[in-house]
Amino acid sequence: MTPEFLARLQAAQAAKRPVALCTQLPGGAQLLAPDDAMPEGLAQAAAAAIEADKTALFEDWFIHPHNPPLRLLIVGAVHAAQAMLPMAAGLGFAITVIDPRRAFATAERLPGVDINHEWPDDAMAELAPDTRTAIVTLTHDPKIDDPALDAALRSPAFYIGALGSRRTHAKRLERLAELGHSAEAMARIRAPIGLDIKAVTAAEIGLSIIAEIVATRRGAALASRG
Amino acid sequence: MSEDLLAVAAGWRAQGERVAIATVVETWGSSPRPAGSRFIVSDAGHMAGSVSGGCIEGAVAEAAAATMQSGQPQLLDFGISDEAAWEVGLACGGKLKVFLEKLG
Repeated sequence: MTPEFLARLQAAQAAKRPVALCTQLPGGAQLLAPDDAMPEGLAQAAAAAIEADKTALFEDWFIHPHNPPLRLLIVGAVHAAQAMLPMAAGLGFAITVIDPRRAFATAERLPGVDINHEWPDDAMAELAPDTRTAIVTLTHDPKIDDPALDAALRSPAFYIGALGSRRTHAKRLERLAELGHSAEAMARIRAPIGLDIKAVTAAEIGLSIIAEIVATRRGAALASRG
Repeated sequence: MSEDLLAVAAGWRAQGERVAIATVVETWGSSPRPAGSRFIVSDAGHMAGSVSGGCIEGAVAEAAAATMQSGQPQLLDFGISDEAAWEVGLACGGKLKVFLEKLG
């Protein structure tokens, strides 16, 4: 790989542009999809690999997609959110914490992540969650969590989780139903949030949520919580 | 803190080191790391990432010396049918192909 080619790849990554590194085997010639001119078949295979986020082989080309990082939107700058940050960063997530309560959402409490002080409906409109986005709500406060979940349910986010007991969640579902969400649509919300590892501390709760996000992303069978 | 191996490789090169990038391009059976996994190595002895569960990184680093010297890429096969691979310890029963290229 030439340093110039690496710089182009890194520039695409910095711009959060999905690209695919195409390497001819065994000679090592390289093209960047979709930027470089290339045979139609290779271009199509590269587009499919980017879409599937999986490497592919096409004739003698190895196609290696480099997608922007998965995003994690955390609503609520609470203790469990703080505990999730290093784990989520280590897994490669680009993290945004949304909380209009400025006393909680400070750079001191949330080092190294994007902080958004808008109300969740405005923040969600701005951040436009896509199929590579996970959304968790952690405040327990309907004024903050409900508009975030309303927007999350209208998005194609691959994971939606909401902190709160079964009773809290039952009431929450009633409120979301009044906003026009069907029971089927609301079944996307993982609640009580997190894999059932009997989490007690903030770090354990954070771990259970992160593990559930990974399991969902990878299509693992999840234990149902009866 | 998620590791961006290409950025690490670029950093080593900027320090004047020769750097090789190994990428898993194909796997069969129970290979521990999927295609696209990277392992980087420099002539100063730096190493980062992985192309297996630690079984073949030593052999890849050894092969990388020639690529760092000549600039010639290599396509390496590791697998249970290969006795040399047994020697470097790919005991998981998997098979994989690793593409090795110089950064430079």
